[in-house]
Amino acid sequence: MHERRDRYPGYDVLAKWSGPSWNDKTRDVITRRLSIAPEPRFFTRDEYETVVAIADRIVPQPAVRPPVPIAALVDRKLAEQIMDGFRRPGVPRDGEAWRRGLKALNAESAAAYDKRFAELPEALQDKLLRAAQSGELKAAEWGGLRCEVFFKHRLGRDIVLAYYAHPTAWSEIGWGGPASPRGYVRLDLDERDPWEAAEAKDGNDATARRSNRGVR
Amino acid sequence: MMQLHAGATAVSDDPLHAPRACDGRAPDVFRPGGWVPMRQYRESEPVDFAIVGTGAGGGTLACKLAEYGFSVVAFDAGPYFRPLEDFASDESEQTKLYWTDDRIVDGDNPLQLGSNNSGKAVGGSTVHFAMVSLRFRPEWFKSRSMLGYGADWPLDWHEMWSYYAEIEQALKIAGPVTYPWGPPRPRYPYRAHPLNGAARALAKGCEALGIKWTETPLATLSAPRGLARPCVYRGFCVTGCSTNAKQSALVTWIPRAIAAGAEIRDLAMVGRVEVESSGLVSGVHYHRDGRWRFQRARNVVVAGYAIETPRLLLNSATARFPNGLANSSGLVGKNLMTQSNQAVWGRLEQEVRSYKGPPSLAITEHWNYEDRGKDFFGGYSYMSQGPLPQLWANTLFNARGLWGNSLVEAMKDYNHVVGLKIVGEMLPQESNRVTLSEEVDQYGLRIPRITYSWCDNDKRLIDHSLKFMRRALEAVNATDIWIQDDDTCHLNGTARMGSDARSSVVDADCRSWDIPNLWICDGSVFPTVGGANPSLTIQAIACRTADRIRALARRGELEAGSARPSIHRCSIEVQRL
Repeated sequence: MHERRDRYPGYDVLAKWSGPSWNDKTRDVITRRLSIAPEPRFFTRDEYETVVAIADRIVPQPAVRPPVPIAALVDRKLAEQIMDGFRRPGVPRDGEAWRRGLKALNAESAAAYDKRFAELPEALQDKLLRAAQSGELKAAEWGGLRCEVFFKHRLGRDIVLAYYAHPTAWSEIGWGGPASPRGYVRLDLDERDPWEAAEAKDGNDATARRSNRGVR
Repeated sequence: MMQLHAGATAVSDDPLHAPRACDGRAPDVFRPGGWVPMRQYRESEPVDFAIVGTGAGGGTLACKLAEYGFSVVAFDAGPYFRPLEDFASDESEQTKLYWTDDRIVDGDNPLQLGSNNSGKAVGGSTVHFAMVSLRFRPEWFKSRSMLGYGADWPLDWHEMWSYYAEIEQALKIAGPVTYPWGPPRPRYPYRAHPLNGAARALAKGCEALGIKWTETPLATLSAPRGLARPCVYRGFCVTGCSTNAKQSALVTWIPRAIAAGAEIRDLAMVGRVEVESSGLVSGVHYHRDGRWRFQRARNVVVAGYAIETPRLLLNSATARFPNGLANSSGLVGKNLMTQSNQAVWGRLEQEVRSYKGPPSLAITEHWNYEDRGKDFFGGYSYMSQGPLPQLWANTLFNARGLWGNSLVEAMKDYNHVVGLKIVGEMLPQESNRVTLSEEVDQYGLRIPRITYSWCDNDKRLIDHSLKFMRRALEAVNATDIWIQDDDTCHLNGTARMGSDARSSVVDADCRSWDIPNLWICDGSVFPTVGGANPSLTIQAIACRTADRIRALARRGELEAGSARPSIHRCSIEVQRL
């Protein structure tokens, strides 16, 4: 497993939950997001299992913390019919595009390896996803949906947006997070408000950790 | 005197599913749970103006016409938000501000729609625009005759200059004391905002390359104004301002319009403009509260932006106008222009944290005003950038092709990212257009198909900008520099104004050549787009149109029944401390 050094040790954007950076509306929205259970409402069980496997490859997560339920976040968006609102000719709307793409990806997996996508080892999953990204998959199940369009504009987009909509991801990248009504005061290069994440520099985690513990 | 519904609670609190502007009141955008009294008009009695859309075009025009004494009903397909209570600090949640009804995109360079080129809310896309408030370069209004490309506007830049000044005052634009480019302009009403790290990098790059830069003129407050407080630099501008610092149509023109007696109808989707046997329009069919309704009107103004405006005109075709309304030139839907929005990104050793403050606090318009050294027509500005995490992650995935560990690791450098992005001029081409698909939407209306391909000139402009911005980032010692080459922003054209009915859809007054009581007032009327964000120009045109309508009315040159403004100003009293 690759190194996952914590760039913002001890920083938790949720520590600001009750502070002046979070308003009621934001708390409502994030409460709902954090309560999403890792199970499907839009996808079938089989589809969901495939989405979980894909999400693990698009945005791999460390084993040392509870995972962001990426597949469930994507599922809820589709269940609530929150859509991009534009598509290319021959491409179905968002939910239907997902169903067709998953079916095609599993068909590709079965044809090449005689297994479902979720049952493949990671290296082969990555190989199939790379083939989708570069437009090489042509199974009949794709229909008018080009695999690279599905990969770029539906599969990857929805998964990436889902992960980076979660406070765990915000803490990981040291983003300030919700900021209304307090906002920020120190704006220039190398300036930081006390309620922003401190970055560990030159291997000195302790200073950053101490600062991040005080974030409210 | 209208009845006030003090303490009424029957209205649903969900602005996405039940209209808020009804029962003689509209949401008070300045007070959580608050209301302001609103005049309402009967559907059976023709109003002077039915306006379709409440954004930079329609919202501004509704305000001005109501203040001039005309009776006005303005429709918006979207909800009526109170930003203080309805807007979260959250990218996902705030996608509720975008127009995401079904649309088809094709061509060599299919557009991405939704976020940075649409709005579905009272206030339109100004509710989530980046607030960049630029004047056009004067020569752009005569680009065909003075610069050799595009099409001339039937407007004089001196006149537009005075309307720009009016809008800048109306929105209390925060900007520099002296603007480095173009003819002299008055100083901006409010002081410029401070630079953030990303803007500082732009400034240093410009100075290293020997070109000018300035603080971007922005429609967000740098000092208090009435009930609105100054910007707190929270950085969520393009997902909606939850503190009302942003001077959107929702918190500026719309409250003024209501105070002057206009009615706003939210969650009201106009599907067809009705044409009478006389050849004049007589009102609009709109969907609200689960059924189709009809509002009679002496004049109809279409202000739905560059996709919905031609879509409505085309969907309103009749036996007499089989190719859609106002379309004798055949140009409705054609000459769609987006603007190029390419970027160069890099990493600074310093912490940039560009998520703080408005995303584009510094700008250079050098290549809008300098024509030497170009192998293309048109110009571009470039600005500092402040993408929030979802947008940035999807940019790394979509434009740089990163996923897996490489994406997760690159995202950990988020606080060191610096970027420069253009707003670049694209040339009008008739082949870039909005047509109707055979498929229908949730209202049963045929959905738009948007076809877009870049021309060689567009590509040369983009190449020039990317090479220049790379040098600008190298000059500030950025590393890991890469190019995002596929983004676009803003939409204009599709119902261009001109001085000849054969080669344009509306005249200089935004009045359609074919139907004298049908008007179009939004970015659709732009013959060219320039290298500047369009919102200030859209609002300037709306103010000019209102003045022209008032002048025409005084001369008796409007259609029957609207020769003089209806007198209703004393019928409403606004309850505001």
